[in-house]
Amino acid sequence: MSDATETADGLVTKRFLYVNRKAPHGTVYALEVLEMILVAAMYEQDVHVAFLDDGVFQLRKNQATEELEMKDFSKTYRALEDYGVEKIFLEKESMEERGLTPDDLVIPAATIDRKQMTELMDSMDVVLSA
Amino acid sequence: MKFAIVVNEGPYNHQASDSAYQFVTHALAKGHEVLRVFFYYDGVLNANKLSAPQADDRNIVKRWSQLAQDNQIDLTVCVAAGLRRGIIDDVLAPGFRIAGIGQLIDSCIDAGRTVVFGD
Repeated sequence: MSDATETADGLVTKRFLYVNRKAPHGTVYALEVLEMILVAAMYEQDVHVAFLDDGVFQLRKNQATEELEMKDFSKTYRALEDYGVEKIFLEKESMEERGLTPDDLVIPAATIDRKQMTELMDSMDVVLSA
Repeated sequence: MKFAIVVNEGPYNHQASDSAYQFVTHALAKGHEVLRVFFYYDGVLNANKLSAPQADDRNIVKRWSQLAQDNQIDLTVCVAAGLRRGIIDDVLAPGFRIAGIGQLIDSCIDAGRTVVFGD
């Protein structure tokens, strides 16, 4: 666990990690994590977002959701940068297991291996998963 | 230790709510402080006062309300997740309130440890 930092005006900044492990559709988790991140981004915290397991599919390009009658919210990930959320990590093994390459994704993201992912999680103050 | 608690699943369908309740009661008994329990995803259904389980089963909603009353625990339901699932003031059990994600972030900042119950 890392130490939270306190700014001169007394505001505490913590390292937050939002962990995405579920496919984009089939359950509502992916959408509601994204909604959570967009709101949380306004709170001046050190925000990190990780995608692993089926969560890597959330960033897949060319999602065709019309027949599912679901919103295609994959485009919203591109807005993360505008919200100041730039620390985005994908797990290498999860990508490989599913035949995905960085070219398949809607946004650029740092690819890290499973060991580095555990180190990333270890270094956080708050891990919110779904 | 100050804890922030997050409940990500609905009552009865998933053990997350039971586990969170057990964790909170035992943490309090050990002298720890629980700053807030925040309900997200189907977790918001824990606040539905219309829930009517069979008499020989635990009453999860009432149990949360009692816990809040006895220990002044802040039970916060996410407004956006709640609206989607029909959890509005009209159906809110005693001790619960509806608020935004900011309440979750605040409690994560103030707590020494955030514990998430869900998959």
